[in-house]
Amino acid sequence: MDTRFSDEDLAFRDEVRAFFKEEYTEELQQRMKDKSTFKAAVVEWQKKLHAKGWIAPGWPVEYGGTGWTPTQKYIYDSERASAGVRDNVPFGLTMVGPVIYAFGNDEQKAQFLPRILASDDWWCQGYSEPGSGSDLASLKTKAERDGDDYIVNGAKIWTTYAQYADWIFCLVRTSNEGKKQEGISFLLIDMKTPGVKVNPIVSIDNHHSLNEVEFNNVRVPIKNRIGEENRGWHIAKALLAHERTGIAGVADCKRAVSEIKRLAATEVNGGKRLIDNPNFQSRLADIDIEIMALEYTELRVLASLSSGGAPGPESSMLKIKGTEMQQATQTLMMDLAAYYQGVLPTDLSEEVLGHSFGSQARQSFMYGRASTIYGGSNEVQKNIIAKAVLGL
Amino acid sequence: MNFDFSEEQNMLRDSVAKYVQDDYDWDTRKAIAATEAGMKPENWQTFAELGWLSVPFAEEFGGFGGGPVDVMVMMEELGKGLVLEPYFATVVLFGGLLQKGSNEALKESVIPSVIDGSCLGAFAYLERQSRFELHDVLTTATVEGDDRIINGEKVVVFNGASATHLIVSARSSGAQSDAAGLSLYLVPADAEGIETSTYRLMDGQVVANIRFNNVKVPASNAVCAEGEAAGLIQSVTEDAMLALGAEALGVMGQLNSKTVEYTKTREQFGVKISSFQALQHRMVETFMAYEQTKSLLYRAVCDFEADKPEKRESLLALKIMIDKAGKRIYSEAIQMHGGMGITDELDIGHYAKRLMMIGTTLGDAMHHMSEFTQLRYAS
Repeated sequence: MDTRFSDEDLAFRDEVRAFFKEEYTEELQQRMKDKSTFKAAVVEWQKKLHAKGWIAPGWPVEYGGTGWTPTQKYIYDSERASAGVRDNVPFGLTMVGPVIYAFGNDEQKAQFLPRILASDDWWCQGYSEPGSGSDLASLKTKAERDGDDYIVNGAKIWTTYAQYADWIFCLVRTSNEGKKQEGISFLLIDMKTPGVKVNPIVSIDNHHSLNEVEFNNVRVPIKNRIGEENRGWHIAKALLAHERTGIAGVADCKRAVSEIKRLAATEVNGGKRLIDNPNFQSRLADIDIEIMALEYTELRVLASLSSGGAPGPESSMLKIKGTEMQQATQTLMMDLAAYYQGVLPTDLSEEVLGHSFGSQARQSFMYGRASTIYGGSNEVQKNIIAKAVLGL
Repeated sequence: MNFDFSEEQNMLRDSVAKYVQDDYDWDTRKAIAATEAGMKPENWQTFAELGWLSVPFAEEFGGFGGGPVDVMVMMEELGKGLVLEPYFATVVLFGGLLQKGSNEALKESVIPSVIDGSCLGAFAYLERQSRFELHDVLTTATVEGDDRIINGEKVVVFNGASATHLIVSARSSGAQSDAAGLSLYLVPADAEGIETSTYRLMDGQVVANIRFNNVKVPASNAVCAEGEAAGLIQSVTEDAMLALGAEALGVMGQLNSKTVEYTKTREQFGVKISSFQALQHRMVETFMAYEQTKSLLYRAVCDFEADKPEKRESLLALKIMIDKAGKRIYSEAIQMHGGMGITDELDIGHYAKRLMMIGTTLGDAMHHMSEFTQLRYAS
């Protein structure tokens, strides 16, 4: 039992801190905020991380991972969040990449992994369907064999950043025999294939990041299937556990708490700073304490992973508590913004508007409502814990 | 003791409910929200013709002579339809200040034009530093003979973009947060020296920041005795909090019933999701949150009607509950609608956003809790 940093750890921390300070420039961040330059700026940033060798801390070294200890991973993520550096777009790096190195053949690894690491391909995820959300295995998008190809028909929904994507990884139905989980395959589809259509969905935060993706007689080479036919469900399950560990977002929660502390010291009500209001203090403390606990829950999972364990049902707990805490910090930030929590994007300057963080708080809060729904809703996560951990 | 409504109150409720049902469906509401003004002037005229704009005003000015219960039944129904036209800003706040103020000449000249729909009003009370503290006013009113010169800035003025007339709070004397020394003036929205910057809020309101640069008004535009407006502001904002409570109740009821309905139609794992006990219990919780809010609303309204000494405590309890129960209700509504709940297309998110804005308007739970605990427990 020891969580002290070694001298090497401290040196690593300084290196990470200096890198972010030097490379994550104000100019780059501005371009990320603008819809028209967002994609190019994100790719540019991820390419910097790739050049540094830091793009894929979760990957095995042989495929391009960093070989960091759990402590180093923890340090990296803490520094990233406290520097306000955006997390990598997960669809290639933390979702399909690990599937390909774990379940793909050599040809697939050679074709896709280097381009994922270099952010040359932008990926999106095709799991949910209009009728299949929490009940993912009920999916209906079907892939039928035709010579060396599959013909894919159906629709996927809630597809984040499909409008930017070069590739989509999909769960498709290749058989209606037996249990519904047994007829699903894992397919990689080039978004430029004829018959793929992206329909935008404006979400509750007034932004467009979600989409519906339609497939009308889309021809996909059979060689783009990962793993065996009808074994896609097992592949997806492994991936979902990965996705859930990433979802906890402890480092970002900690950053949110310090932002709240900072802003609460500047918000004044009736001559009294909000940070000095006992009601405010007790709300912030409730959140803070949960996050202190969650930080160590995540470290315990990380430590067990590094000693050979696979992410299991405990990743469901990280997902539930992590998203609850994200929403709690987002709610408190909204309350801090008071009337200004409602402000929609406007051409007025911050000076004329009279407020700096209301609109951003609103957007984070509103989009944050999705976090307890996506990646397997929190209700489904509780079912997993009930069944797999408690044996109910 | 009874919690029944009079025949007139039931007619008023039915009149608003029928309008919302027949003339304010979701697509209509969406189209109005997308307009530059965020409201439809023709609808306002209809409200006038239906007599709704006369409800809280005295009969001598052409009003209906209604009290808090009459406003409550109307606001609840307006809440159910997420009606965008500025009833709260114009009738409850602006009209309320005139009605309860002491300037008889202003009442005679302005209230009839509120009732006939030609005057749209706004109460400019917030400042960028004031947060929820109504007495925190830096805007000044200085004496220049029979005129008053107003300088300063008001922010997030509800209906500030469409208003023809404003009532502005300004300091005649005293320090930044003093209750004493506040005045209220009626100012035409096109008066010289007024500079308006408009923007939108997530609940569809178009609001404004308004700068007053040496705006000159006659002293006769003072809504009440100069320097003594704090009491009037408190009284009218209390009425307004009751009205918001009723609107919130309407919104909460819609969120709950739409959620129950949705779970009865959405199938996952081969069954309606309403069959899951885990969800059933949560819907029972939100139902109870709604009922508890309704009880506090009725309690507060009755206390104000009877002018009971503990009326302020009841009102604060209501406003705190709206924030607390509101958060629970909209969170569950969005969550149980799943992916659909986070689309802009579905109405659920819009009900949630209105409830959030009501929660923060005229003070959130954190703000009111301090006063509530002080009133209730300080020895």
